Amino acid sequence: MSLNVEHAPVRTLPSEKPLRLLDNAGHAITGAATGGFELPDTDTLLELYRKMVVARRFDVQVTALTKQGRLATYPSAYGQEACEIGAVSALTADDWLFPTYRDSIALLTRGIEPADILTSFRGDWHNGYDQHVHRTAAQATPLATQALHAVGLSHAARLRRDPIVALSFLGDGATSEGDAHEAFNFAAVWQTPTVFVVQNNQFAISVPLERQTRAATLADKAVGYGMPGFHVDGNDIAAMYAVTRAAVDRARDGGGPTLIEGVTYRIEAHTNSDDPTRYRTARDVEHWKRRDPIERLEKYLVSEGALTEAMRTEIADAAEQLAARTRDVMTSEAELDPLELFDHVYGRQRPALLEQRAALEAEIAAGAFASHQGAAR
Amino acid sequence: MTATATSTPPAEASAPTQLTMAGALNAALRDAMSVDDRVVVYGEDVGPLGGVFRVTDGLHAAFGDDRIWDSPLAESGIIGTAIGMAMYGMRPVVEMQFDAFSYPAFEQMVSHVAKMRNRTKGRVTLPMVVRIPCAGAIGGVEHHSDSSESYWASTPGLTVVMPSNPADAYSMLREAIDSDDPVVFMEPKSRYWSKAPLALPVTTAPMDRAEVVREGTDVTLIGYGPTVRTALEAAEAAAAEGLSIEVVDLRSLSPFDDATVGASVRKTSRAAVIHEAAQFGGYGAEVAARVTERNFHHLAAPVLRIAGFDIPYPSPKLEEYHLPTADRVLAALDTWEWDA
Ligand SMILES: Cc1ncc(C[n+]2csc(CCOP(=O)(O)OP(=O)(O)O)c2C)c(N)n1
Repeated sequence: MSLNVEHAPVRTLPSEKPLRLLDNAGHAITGAATGGFELPDTDTLLELYRKMVVARRFDVQVTALTKQGRLATYPSAYGQEACEIGAVSALTADDWLFPTYRDSIALLTRGIEPADILTSFRGDWHNGYDQHVHRTAAQATPLATQALHAVGLSHAARLRRDPIVALSFLGDGATSEGDAHEAFNFAAVWQTPTVFVVQNNQFAISVPLERQTRAATLADKAVGYGMPGFHVDGNDIAAMYAVTRAAVDRARDGGGPTLIEGVTYRIEAHTNSDDPTRYRTARDVEHWKRRDPIERLEKYLVSEGALTEAMRTEIADAAEQLAARTRDVMTSEAELDPLELFDHVYGRQRPALLEQRAALEAEIAAGAFASHQGAAR
Repeated sequence: MTATATSTPPAEASAPTQLTMAGALNAALRDAMSVDDRVVVYGEDVGPLGGVFRVTDGLHAAFGDDRIWDSPLAESGIIGTAIGMAMYGMRPVVEMQFDAFSYPAFEQMVSHVAKMRNRTKGRVTLPMVVRIPCAGAIGGVEHHSDSSESYWASTPGLTVVMPSNPADAYSMLREAIDSDDPVVFMEPKSRYWSKAPLALPVTTAPMDRAEVVREGTDVTLIGYGPTVRTALEAAEAAAAEGLSIEVVDLRSLSPFDDATVGASVRKTSRAAVIHEAAQFGGYGAEVAARVTERNFHHLAAPVLRIAGFDIPYPSPKLEEYHLPTADRVLAALDTWEWDA
């Protein structure tokens, strides 16, 4: 297409060892192992740390609320904070995010209110926030479908000459779907400003990565499409942020798409209705708990003298306040109007739907649902 | 052929010329792209080639690569990216090359195109058009002649229309492109080369309206797309035997125009629906049920369905045995007890 810039084909495979800027003990890594990426400055890292602590508290709170029956379902991102927040923090407020059901803490980082994030998980309405205000698409449930939307949106922005980048999250399992392949290929052929972040949390519900792919890394796949791929330690937020930031900048400058694999682990169950003991060992979980992304950054910041006790207390307070707010909104029942069921199917109302609406209205007026009032709703 | 082609053309209309349905669709795309630069067209081979049916002929030369282009060969990719484009305010018009090749895009169509407005409480709307050349009778080999309309029509959130003649093709495509809701725009392949004298631009009835294309008093024949012609042929033959048949061109499968169809059925008291798709669970079942539910006391006989057999679409040399014909329609009408 005419918007294409000539670009050299990508032939270099991503590094076999995941790229890191901080090791598990919180020491900065130097030399060739960093792949030329630089550790973000301390202010940036402090901000990322704060976001991770707040997001973790939110995630733990919501999981607790599922146990009280306040939510129908919640897919936790405990352990994936570096992947989620590192990547999404590399976007500007004008860029677009295409999240999945797993990415509620990324939405939190986008400034979306807990009540609006959790609207669908508590069963009120499929989606609760304004996509255009937050430049964040509705969380996608059918796997990999959202990656194509990100390609289309970023392509449209490029046709309009708007400097907008779209970032799509994907799970490791989702990379097996046809839509993932089609999205990677469309993005590379059209050279769209799209960044794909695959959160390799090792399992697709119960199915481990080796049952999903024979590729050495998921980032290797990028090469086949003709785009750069990065194999990153997904529990190192410094690396996730730096690599995504570079990909976003490159996309904005017309350099085309990038595929980033963050290697991480889902500490919690797939959702609250899953039983992870059936497919993984406690030892495995313990191993990954010792690679906690928040502790890693904390060690670094403390060793640098950048994170004071006062700051820690202040961040912990902010996290508690958010948790309290989340509890409050989830324990008060939202007002639901069943007649709204018919309002958002078509822009131009249909006589047949108006008839069905009137029928439901009459049923309600006749007290057909009286037993439900004040109970669940 | 239809009453619709005679509606008053706007002042700037050109002199009438013989135009095929493919030509009318081409003109509609060209005119829509000229007046609104948010309209973009892409799909397989729609660029320099002009599409395998030449519906996009000359558009690439006129509008260039930023407005119309050949996409990679992937139907889910085409629909999925069109969703993103529509989210950003474009009005993509994408082509599925043949009906049966839209199936890889089924999930994007059903899970996202149809549901986006609803999922987001109307905050995200998808003003996109999915053009699908449909149905058979063109001698195509397998997978080139399916009738997929009931898959789309039974999906809430989709608008599904199918023109049967060049004037409607032009007018309905312009309206579909202007619509803020996604439209599945089905184009009966066997009608692509049908001609009518047309002065463009032409505005026919709104696309959610059915049209009475032939007046009659004894029977209402309901067709859409390719079977409107079959219905008119049957009506012509029946007239010679003294039977007065009214023909309704549905034009819109979803929504269904209960008012126009109902008025006709109450006048004639007998109805039959004709389509190429298999009968079992097909669109005709919906038509028969709706007509019966709403007009039972006006009906003198059960609503009939004249459809393709319940078989996968046959090979070219056998398709004539499968497709509903005017003779089959008349034979079906003979099964009614006319004295009752
Ligand atoms: C198209 C499709 N098939 C199946 C499912 C059911 N499902 C939901 S989540 C999931 C596993 C996804 O794993 P992965 O992509 O690794 O993401 P994760 O849940 O680990 O974040 C499956 C199979 C689905 N949502 N969509």
